[in-house]
Amino acid sequence: MTTAKAFTNEQYAKLGAVIDQKKDLRNPLIEILRIAQEIFGYLPVEVQEFVASRMNIPVSKVHGVVTFYNFFTMTPKGKHIINVCTGTACYVKGALRVIQMLTEQLNVGMGETTMDGLFTLSAVRCVGACSLAPVIVIGEDTFGRIEKSDQVKEIINRYS
Amino acid sequence: MKYYRSHILVGINEAAKQAGVDVFVNKLQDQISTAGLADEINVLETGPLAFFGRGICLTILPENVNYENVAIEDIVELVEEHLLKGRPVHRLMLDSAAQFKPKFNYDRRIVLKNSGIIDPESIDEYLGAGGYEAWEKALLNMQPADIVNEVKASGLRGRGGAGFPAGLKWSFTAPLNAEQKYVVVNADEGEPGTFKDRLIMEGDPHQLLEGIMICARAIGASMAYIYIRGEYKLCIARLEKAIKQCHAYGILGRNIFDSGFDLDIGIKIGAGAYVCGEETALIESLEGNRGNPRWKPPFPGVKGLWQYPTVVNNVETLANVPFIIKNGAAEYRQFGTDECTGTKVYTILGDVAYPGLCEVDMGATLRTVINEYGGGMKKGFKFKAALVGGAAGVILSDRMLDVKMDFVSLNQYAAVLGSGAILVMNEHQSIVDMLWSILRFFRHESCGKCSPCRIGTQHLYDLISKIRKGEGSMDDVEMLHTIALTMKQTSFCALGQSPIMAIASALDNFRDEFIAITKK
Repeated sequence: MTTAKAFTNEQYAKLGAVIDQKKDLRNPLIEILRIAQEIFGYLPVEVQEFVASRMNIPVSKVHGVVTFYNFFTMTPKGKHIINVCTGTACYVKGALRVIQMLTEQLNVGMGETTMDGLFTLSAVRCVGACSLAPVIVIGEDTFGRIEKSDQVKEIINRYS
Repeated sequence: MKYYRSHILVGINEAAKQAGVDVFVNKLQDQISTAGLADEINVLETGPLAFFGRGICLTILPENVNYENVAIEDIVELVEEHLLKGRPVHRLMLDSAAQFKPKFNYDRRIVLKNSGIIDPESIDEYLGAGGYEAWEKALLNMQPADIVNEVKASGLRGRGGAGFPAGLKWSFTAPLNAEQKYVVVNADEGEPGTFKDRLIMEGDPHQLLEGIMICARAIGASMAYIYIRGEYKLCIARLEKAIKQCHAYGILGRNIFDSGFDLDIGIKIGAGAYVCGEETALIESLEGNRGNPRWKPPFPGVKGLWQYPTVVNNVETLANVPFIIKNGAAEYRQFGTDECTGTKVYTILGDVAYPGLCEVDMGATLRTVINEYGGGMKKGFKFKAALVGGAAGVILSDRMLDVKMDFVSLNQYAAVLGSGAILVMNEHQSIVDMLWSILRFFRHESCGKCSPCRIGTQHLYDLISKIRKGEGSMDDVEMLHTIALTMKQTSFCALGQSPIMAIASALDNFRDEFIAITKK
């Protein structure tokens, strides 16, 4: 689902104000991109170009940073991002099974967003909640010891 | 101050939060008030407790009874039985369920000595536990060179993985003349299976701050940054609060304790990249760039953040420093072995009875750590292997259970202590599968700057995937080793130099498994 959304002038104005306020700090690029992603939901090329020209730096530099870090995304994400931990401890405890249950129930693949725009399925590196393995993280909430598909169903329902 | 007959310590960590500890504490307090015990019983929310139980865990003092997996429905019984009548509720007790007396080891703790005992969000409790005495001493009674020498004499080694002597690192930066110097704390904990730094920061944030302050004074830095993972929300909140409290008390800021020394500590949130654990990559990321590692030399100690001299230390390393300054190097050397002093914080995971964290003297054997602190194997499971040190670690077999856990002893197995993660596997788990997960991780996290790592990690992943599917040959297995060895010799930073460890140890200790799967 990568249909480009039209962004509003307010969104650009908001980001522009943030950049003007921060651009004289030392290398505030990551911080600005963080806020840009909050405002727009993701960082498509047009937003990256806007950031670059407003900060007076090459687009290639912005693009380089966006593609480097897991946190930044160039495709729109669902309302809730389901992060499945695939760190070693979770892997051993069945992270792949958790991913399988989620792909079946949501009918999407890894990195994809559901048709209704509610969920994006994604994998993260170790979230440091290994004693709860296998773990999924949705927003601020952590769910551990995911073993049965009923559990998965129950968690998804909470956010639907 | 109010006197309470009994204290209930509630461990607040991610596991407890997931179990709904916020609601639980409110209900518990209501019930205590209803029973008319509000003046007698104090409920204290603290960091991770001494033990690692399931769900919501409580310790009741002074009787030192430990409960685990307590639910809201248990509150009435707990208050009625334990708090009113003084009869512990056996069915909820940690020890009775586990048939195992967990060793808390509080008398041998340095880094976690306050964790689970004081309220991590209160600076007064930290001060009450002797906190910031070392900072005062370092600032008012010691010269920077004295501090560096004391840390050198303590034998403290960096706890981030490589074990480089911390005092030596400081001594490169301390004498340099520069208009600005920095302390950078590596809290970008991303080694799979490792969360020790998270628990250190959740349990006792002030101790880390005190370590940072002493380091800053030793090298002459007026600014420090904590580079922390964005996922560690509770840590970030507690550190921010702790820094604010320090400013309010005049422990941080301008002209601290009238010494003329200025210091501030800032928090920088990472955006997710394993390679940023490498110190020069971390500095690049702090500067707002892609986290590609830099060429060394010059080392960060000479030219680091914004080209100024910078000391980068791990969270656990700095958390050791207040003890050293307060009690002296000789006292510190009472812990651990001659060559590797002090303690080590481990996270024990996988098929053990009690997954969690512990702090043990350097040089304790792997067997001791697993059996005495992890509660041994989970019932019905047999030990097969332990991955020690995370993805950049080694896979040890049962023949190596008596290896001493310190930087020097592990060396003879070409092993590293690394981050202190111990992942225990049972006899049904596949080493090939484990290696696949590790190599997939490296493929994903390679930053792409140098060819050996960028291309090598992809080839390793392709080969292990083929082997895992039963389509590989022993030639492919040997090729894994050859590629990883070449990467070790030619990669730009530690990331590309690391896969050889897991591969070589898997082949040395579990070759049969590779032979079996390639014959299919």
